Amino acid sequence: MAAAGKTHAARWGVLNVVVVLYALFPVWWIAALSFKDPGTLTDGDYIPRDWTLENYRGIFDTSEFTRALINSIGIALIATVIAVALGTMAAYAVARLRFPGKRVLIGMSLLIAMFPPISLVSPLFNIERIIGIFDTWIGLIIPYMTFSLPLAIYTLSAFFREIPWDLEKAAKVDGATPAQAFRLVIAPLAAPGVFTTAILVFIFCWNDFLFAISLTSTEAARTVPAAIAFFTGSSQFQQPTGSIAAAAVVITIPIIVFVLLFQRRIVAGLTSGAVKG
Amino acid sequence: MSTRAQPAATPPPPEAETEQAGPDRAALSAGARQERRLGWLLCAPAVVVMIAVTAYPIGYAVYLSLQRYDLRFPGQAKFVGLSNYGSVLSSPFWWDAFWVTLFITAVSVTIELVLGMGLALVMHRTIFWRGVVRTSVLIPYGIVTVVAAFSWQYAWTPELGYLAALLPSGEAPLTEQWPALWLIILAEVWKTTPFMALLLLAGLALVPEETLKAAMVDGATAWQRFTKVMLPLMKPAILVALLFRTLDAFRIFDNIYILTAGAQGTGSLSILGYDNLFTSLNLGIGSAISVLIFICVGIIAFAFVKLFGTAAPGAEVKR
Repeated sequence: MAAAGKTHAARWGVLNVVVVLYALFPVWWIAALSFKDPGTLTDGDYIPRDWTLENYRGIFDTSEFTRALINSIGIALIATVIAVALGTMAAYAVARLRFPGKRVLIGMSLLIAMFPPISLVSPLFNIERIIGIFDTWIGLIIPYMTFSLPLAIYTLSAFFREIPWDLEKAAKVDGATPAQAFRLVIAPLAAPGVFTTAILVFIFCWNDFLFAISLTSTEAARTVPAAIAFFTGSSQFQQPTGSIAAAAVVITIPIIVFVLLFQRRIVAGLTSGAVKG
Repeated sequence: MSTRAQPAATPPPPEAETEQAGPDRAALSAGARQERRLGWLLCAPAVVVMIAVTAYPIGYAVYLSLQRYDLRFPGQAKFVGLSNYGSVLSSPFWWDAFWVTLFITAVSVTIELVLGMGLALVMHRTIFWRGVVRTSVLIPYGIVTVVAAFSWQYAWTPELGYLAALLPSGEAPLTEQWPALWLIILAEVWKTTPFMALLLLAGLALVPEETLKAAMVDGATAWQRFTKVMLPLMKPAILVALLFRTLDAFRIFDNIYILTAGAQGTGSLSILGYDNLFTSLNLGIGSAISVLIFICVGIIAFAFVKLFGTAAPGAEVKR
């Protein structure tokens, strides 16, 4: 019996190691590349022999990368704040209020969640050129905000359904208007859900590549994913492998931090809509 | 207006007490009106943004697609009817990209479903390291697609990569069509299987432990328990995961752009649309492609909802 239990445990151990390696190895590999100096870049070692920060120093020396990093952070943060604010309002209404047109709203957000972004690239490119927001922060914030709204509405309305709404009723009995009940009683309870949604939306905006390369043309608004696709080596005979690897690590760090800190919540946020749907 | 002025004409609900119906209804409808107004007020900003940034541009795309509109020759812009669609649909570029996209979508979603189910079962059943496993699995989902694509590109680059080192020297798989297509699928599968696995994990939580135990007592083998008990109960979660992943895979762009940039016949429809817009600056043709891709996605979504009855995620389910 004990032996059987041991082989059972061993089998799970092996499976778990396989899963963790599968998930993390490609990430480790590009991180290892970023710490290699150009001389040992092609040695095929999984652990750099001579650790160097040369690649990192290189990318932070150029405005190309630092500017892109500032763009990425600013654009993703602003889009997240607006999307979560609008999404919270709509999700509260969806989860709590009865009003005609609710089904249309749900259907519309579902449609947008499935929308192929490439279908919007040519019209948005022209519209933004005409009204003069092409290659600006606002030109990226608007599509990011729109495409993350359905995600925000879904995850938030799932969170909202789990809030004990009797508290709101009690507040209303005590004379609060629906708006006051929302602001004073429900909003604080909803804060963890709102925060989780904000992380999901931020990851979504941080990841985007198609809009970032289509709706920008200079360093003015180009985000990191787009910028590293256009990296060039310090001379035309040199591949920018080290710089790309270093830049890749820098933009992966925030995601890893979020995942490590809020793993449970992120899983809850991603799956709540799916189970109930 | 006149019909609404005569509430007496509509029969009161049977359970309502007739004497109190009048004042009760009035109070209720005042509350309902307030609720309705608040509902609209709260949704209005989101609705306005979503319409302004998706409905309006797609309408504009339809309009552009009916024009000859080449940014290199802006003076020649004029209405040309459906001829852009004719050019696109009669061009081998469209059909090559279409079949490539369909192939990548079908193969990667199939692999993801099987692999994702395996991952979900491991995450669900494992006793120790559960947190570590779940956290690790989330990382490929969260990581920037471009970063993941570079990792795979370098892995297969001769002299640089650990995977290329396994091949006979002189092989460069990313420069040949079929190997490149499979590597694109590999990168796509690695990046998005976690998402599939998480949705399936949520579905696994719907399977009651007692039902499985009962099946076990009745002598069902592990495989029977999986196919006869778990899969049917998980059907809604599986269909939602499949729908989302299929539509997502169909618009694949980032991976291909980094790995091959669409060379050697590996370009997807999204790559084709992008190239037409930014390489040839032809807004008319580019918009026609945009509209056609939109229609394809619409057909896929419609097929899922009609054939399999996928409930809209987040929508209240009719029970």
